[in-house]
Amino acid sequence: MEYHLLLPLKEEDRIRLKAGDKVFLTGEVYGMRDQAHKRILELLERGEDIPIDLNNSCIFYVGPTEAKPGDKVGSIGPTTSSRMDPFTPKLISYGVRVIIGKGRRNKDVIEAIKKYRAVYLVSPGGVSAYLRQFVSEIKIVAFQDLGPEAIYILKLKDFPTFVSIDTGGNFL
Amino acid sequence: MRTINTLQISDYIEKLCKRLNFKLDDRVLNLIRDSAKRETSSIGKDVFSQMLASYRLAEENRTPLCQDTGMVSVFLEIGQDVILEGIPIEEAVNIGVRRAYTSSFFRCSIVKDPIGKRENTMDNTPCIVHTKIVPGDKIKIDMLIKGFGSENATALRMFPPTASKKDIEDFLLELVNEKGINACPPLFIGIGIGGTADYALRLSKEALLQLEPMDEWECYLLEKINSLKIGPAGLGGDITALYLKVKTFPTHIAGLPVAININCHILRIGSITV
Repeated sequence: MEYHLLLPLKEEDRIRLKAGDKVFLTGEVYGMRDQAHKRILELLERGEDIPIDLNNSCIFYVGPTEAKPGDKVGSIGPTTSSRMDPFTPKLISYGVRVIIGKGRRNKDVIEAIKKYRAVYLVSPGGVSAYLRQFVSEIKIVAFQDLGPEAIYILKLKDFPTFVSIDTGGNFL
Repeated sequence: MRTINTLQISDYIEKLCKRLNFKLDDRVLNLIRDSAKRETSSIGKDVFSQMLASYRLAEENRTPLCQDTGMVSVFLEIGQDVILEGIPIEEAVNIGVRRAYTSSFFRCSIVKDPIGKRENTMDNTPCIVHTKIVPGDKIKIDMLIKGFGSENATALRMFPPTASKKDIEDFLLELVNEKGINACPPLFIGIGIGGTADYALRLSKEALLQLEPMDEWECYLLEKINSLKIGPAGLGGDITALYLKVKTFPTHIAGLPVAININCHILRIGSITV
């Protein structure tokens, strides 16, 4: 099946999606990867405020290239998700419901996805010059000191993904 | 004897860094185009079409093939009749990398201290420089730019000397099964066998620099990998790997080092002879 969906995804939207479906996403997502995950969880665990709103959010594991003059965005594509596995179940418990990345997830992540009816989507790696067409805007919202590992907000427009792990924990 | 100023090397390195991040080598592109025709799964075909569109757009718009513009490895073959003048050659190579990455809006991904603060050097240096002294009066520069999605899938195993080809095959299939999906398939696979541990790893990288025709065992191993059905982007399909090359070197009576280097589908290789 193919779906064109608006973010944030409602629970019924997520439940409809099955592993192998193609999903075109439109809306805002947080772009963040390794160091930002570590820092966000450290803040949450100390009971401090975090600079982003995780409630029903979508995280895209990404570290884009800078846009060249005249372009709105640089090259954009997913990074390997498994590196975020140690952080993901906690982040899902704090409200993340959609994740975009690439590659396999561990058992703990699959369990968290089932428990919270979240969904894990993937896009191919190494097709960033293609995927960037579906990102209309990108800006840094936190942790600027991390350079390419800062937290971004990206505006997606019909961004193509495949469902890798659905809300039932079934996976491709 | 022939004198070469190392600043010339900086220029060539800069040129290669730019070319490799924007444009696939024709041999790589042709290999992928041919393989795309053999893919039968519908998701696999979809992924191939995204790949081919991406390569075209990268070249047309001069936007990097991947957001991970990688860590640069440079393999220098320096003719022993060459006299190098100017700044130290490794410095010259790094100047070329720095110029390319800071002027082309490539992502700078190198951190200074791997186990400390991991502070970004912000110019993608240092790169890795391998040097060989060879006969002649030329310098051959080979470059491989690799992202770490695939570099993280590298493995080394020190087999006992009595191990068989089948043991190596099992190691390969186990590795691709476990880590291939994270390395952005369809894959290019280089295998280094023999030498010492470090030399086997170097051979596994060198194995992907030339794209020479595959021999019978290499074709067999490639077929075995494709029978895993991991497929393009790991979403299932016929083409999990595109190419596999083995490089060997004499080794010690007591050992059999085997290194496996897995590269994503955008094999960023290029070479210039000065």
